[in-house]
Amino acid sequence: MRLDIRLLDEPFAPDQAFGAFTVAFRESGGIASFVGHVRPGNGVTALELSHYEPLTLPGMEELARAALARWPLDGLLLWHRVGVMRPGEPIVLVAAAAKHRRAAIEAVDFVMDHLKSAAWFWKREQRSGEWHWIEPRPEDHADLARWST
Amino acid sequence: MVFLGRLRDLAERDEMALPGPMDWQVLLQAVPSSVRDALQDDRVRVACGGNLVADKSQLNAVDGDEVALLPPVSGG
Repeated sequence: MRLDIRLLDEPFAPDQAFGAFTVAFRESGGIASFVGHVRPGNGVTALELSHYEPLTLPGMEELARAALARWPLDGLLLWHRVGVMRPGEPIVLVAAAAKHRRAAIEAVDFVMDHLKSAAWFWKREQRSGEWHWIEPRPEDHADLARWST
Repeated sequence: MVFLGRLRDLAERDEMALPGPMDWQVLLQAVPSSVRDALQDDRVRVACGGNLVADKSQLNAVDGDEVALLPPVSGG
């Protein structure tokens, strides 16, 4: 079992990272992934993600361990950007390798729901030259509740 | 003391130094009133020395501790 958890303050190429992951886990029966981009629209010209070093990466590592405790995974990759990003830029890549597909697919879904609602990130977006903080959305907490049984 | 997210805007600074020891009441008196109001929100959490404080009113920071004020997260 291998974990690859990173906080990145520079742009990254999800296709390359995922390519390397599929090579590293060619013995796994199934690999699932999710890539999140900065969504264009609503006049958003930039998105800034800030974090708190002592909590954010340890929180991501704890989340990865929770996924491992729940599904039999061969490998889990979780890369997350911080800093200023433009619409269309990748923010996050999650990939999971397992013997069978369902564990891989569900683990990625689980990690994303937790990242969206419970990870130590603060987001603000720039519209018409002004920065606006983004508040937590109730939907994110509803997504999280899917896993509480 | 470190201000995160929108608390940074309310405080108009990233951080602030205070002498230890410091409890929650001392902290509330030391921060700008706009921040003090925001800290009443139950969703605002506090970390001391890199660890979350379960009950922020029980904060007990000593000299050298970094105290972080953490507004609700907006997710990744």
